Amino acid sequence: MITVNATMALTIAVLFATGFYLLLQRSLMRVLIGVVVLGHGTNLLLQLAGGPPAAPPILGTVPAEAIGDPLPQALALTAVVITFALTTFLLALGYRAFVLVGHDEVQDDIEDRRIGTQSLPTASLADPDDEVDEAADDDVESQAGR
Amino acid sequence: MTAGQRDEQVPFDEWDVPRQGWWLSGECRDSYSRTLLLEIATRTLFPTMLVFSLYLLLVGHYSPGGGFSGGLVAGLAFVLRYMAGGAVGLGAVVTLRSPVLLGSGLMIAVLTGLAPLLVGAPALSSAYLSVELPLVGTVSSQTSLLLDVGVYLLIVGAVLDLLRSLGGGIERDMQDAGERP
Amino acid sequence: MTPDVALIVPLPVLLPLLGATVTVVGSRSPALQRVVGIVTLTSVAVLAGVLLVVADRRGPVVAQLGGWAPPVGIALVADRLSALLLLVSTLVTLAVLVYAIDQRIADYGRGTASTTFHPMYLMLSAGVSLAYLTGDLFTLFVAFELMLTASYVLITRRTSASKIRAGMTYVTVSLLSSLLFLTAIALVYAATGTVNLADLAGRIALLPAGLETVLGLMLLVVFGIKAAMVPLHLWLPDSYPNAPGPVAALFAGLLTKVGFYAMLRTQTLLFHRDEPWNLLLVLAVATMLVGALGALAQNDLNRLLSFLLVSHIGFMLFGLAVFNAAGVSGAALYAAHHITVLATLFLISGLITRRTGTVALDQMGGLLRTAPALAVLYAIAALTLAGVPPTAGFVAKLALLQSGVAVGPWPTIVAGVVVVASLLTLYALARVWVRVFWGEAVAPLLDDDPDDEVVVGTANTPAAMYAATGGLVAVSLAIAVFAGPLSAVTGRAGVDLLEREPYLVAVLGAQS
Repeated sequence: MITVNATMALTIAVLFATGFYLLLQRSLMRVLIGVVVLGHGTNLLLQLAGGPPAAPPILGTVPAEAIGDPLPQALALTAVVITFALTTFLLALGYRAFVLVGHDEVQDDIEDRRIGTQSLPTASLADPDDEVDEAADDDVESQAGR
Repeated sequence: MTAGQRDEQVPFDEWDVPRQGWWLSGECRDSYSRTLLLEIATRTLFPTMLVFSLYLLLVGHYSPGGGFSGGLVAGLAFVLRYMAGGAVGLGAVVTLRSPVLLGSGLMIAVLTGLAPLLVGAPALSSAYLSVELPLVGTVSSQTSLLLDVGVYLLIVGAVLDLLRSLGGGIERDMQDAGERP
Repeated sequence: MTPDVALIVPLPVLLPLLGATVTVVGSRSPALQRVVGIVTLTSVAVLAGVLLVVADRRGPVVAQLGGWAPPVGIALVADRLSALLLLVSTLVTLAVLVYAIDQRIADYGRGTASTTFHPMYLMLSAGVSLAYLTGDLFTLFVAFELMLTASYVLITRRTSASKIRAGMTYVTVSLLSSLLFLTAIALVYAATGTVNLADLAGRIALLPAGLETVLGLMLLVVFGIKAAMVPLHLWLPDSYPNAPGPVAALFAGLLTKVGFYAMLRTQTLLFHRDEPWNLLLVLAVATMLVGALGALAQNDLNRLLSFLLVSHIGFMLFGLAVFNAAGVSGAALYAAHHITVLATLFLISGLITRRTGTVALDQMGGLLRTAPALAVLYAIAALTLAGVPPTAGFVAKLALLQSGVAVGPWPTIVAGVVVVASLLTLYALARVWVRVFWGEAVAPLLDDDPDDEVVVGTANTPAAMYAATGGLVAVSLAIAVFAGPLSAVTGRAGVDLLEREPYLVAVLGAQS
């Protein structure tokens, strides 16, 4: 079992909080920054999982007992590479969304909205009023087109 | 040949055109978005960074370095070049399509992983090789160096592909749309 | 001297990777890409078959990468469960590839969608294989990333303005689950100092009960997102229907089941328990009902199938939740059946859409007369999914029900919910049958988005697309025909999973 120093724990908490907040935004650019920040938080956590700071794990430089645990560093390096790849992918996706629809915001699911409005009690079986449906459809379309 | 004579041979507007192809060509951007200082610095730094990246690649097995860091340094050299000279400057050095570079890097790495199976050893095993060379002395290395070479090429390919699609591609799109890059 | 069979364990991962590199380097030649893709996947299927036979006869086959022994090195383990799922998954991957290639040839004469399709497809296959075979928690993360990164590219490639939203949702949610996974790994490592699954099995048991629960729940959430367990399923019916037909079929067949496999493996190996897990029972009920009821409300064929996919994940969760050998083996058998039948249904949906030009159920009809072959394929696949005797779905579901009834009152009630969800599934699928195959023939709608991946609203469907779909239906039927030997294998796999001893001995050696 390892205990963590408070500064590091606080740093990780702030990184996670910021990351999750940004991840909940609609703009893909903010989501991207959120992923990067969250990735930093996770990697820091991985580093801390290896124990307190110690000498770099290079053979022959320091006595073996002073060496830090190299495995979390290898894991963090792999995670960094993966985050790097995903960051570039999200950048490309955001740019593609920007070219295609003029902005990079994640929008609502139109079909889901349509089904949701179908089940409203106003659209009752006894009085299949088309106007209600159409009004609902218009509502959905105006939502989608914003 | 003195410096004065050479200056006369070169037309005034081409004084900064390099004689070697892999230097920045200097004919990339409109004059107002050009940063001369960065361009000149890149001419010196670019080959230096590439050599340093090879050094990192070779010493990687026992010292800090390796295919990934070497590839990243080499990739950064290309990024620097792109920033100084734009997509045009990049095309002057690299004529290979970046997916090919990326693919062959990964192929070398995977084949290195597969090769031990042929001699009945577990996949991804490595062997220690040592050769006695005249004058140089003992040269030794691990077969996993090949894996690092693959990773190196893979990273360089990935960075070049990035500069092509997200760098040059966007520049081109903006030019098509009539915006100044 | 016979060569050591453990040598071939890494091949199902490395061969598709090699194939991917060949298709990248040779990206100018569609013919080369096609051949490499098919040859690679065929050989992986053969290898998986060999591994299944060997693992069933001699116990888990372990390969130590680079010759480093666990827990220091990374081990790849092919036991009965992983080899069986690997075999079924590879067969599905192969059939979907044939379907995708022929669709492309018929539509554009190109034989390949773009330079990225084949490499990414093989990458995804390599990731799936690695996820099944790995005996290491961090390598599992890498496998998921390999698989998901390829899937991001496949779902957003050449996407149109109307569909890019779905891709963005999918990518964001998957990224979140990956980062949570990494966080969970960091915490596991901090608590135990190892990421090797077999080594973890011993060390996690030594932790305080509270810590063990937290780690178990974190991994449950991570794999729950990937397996689309309610309430973490919201991304799935949103994104899958917007992917091109074959890609949706591949995702529906494989990705969620890999998530479930990871859940099954980690929960049985690391967080052993002796009685049913009530929390997971509740989640299984929610998953079954939300999925089945959600499917009833849909008008979009693909969305309907996506909800049914979610619903049937609940069946497997139920098998895991009862936590006895019968339940776990039932879940394994159900996973094998589910991989095949869901991919088949999505391929059939692709064929229906190709003919009618739409996915809206209220805008098609009369396909029974215009496309009788399609009707036959759909009928078999639908009955299989609903679990009508004597199909594979019935065999798998029966195994689950028997496991639940045996252990106590709550699992028995949940077993009743399984029956209800099956009836709702049958109802939803019958509704599709009535809307699509009966009634007046409706003229196909024109392709509303001619520039995208697939051509729709055409009667010109190559025979090979039917053949690929029919091949998968045949695999489903084979699961029913060979139900005896198969359930014997999954039965032994279930006993192995709960006993844990064979796995631990195979990976760590006899001293553990």
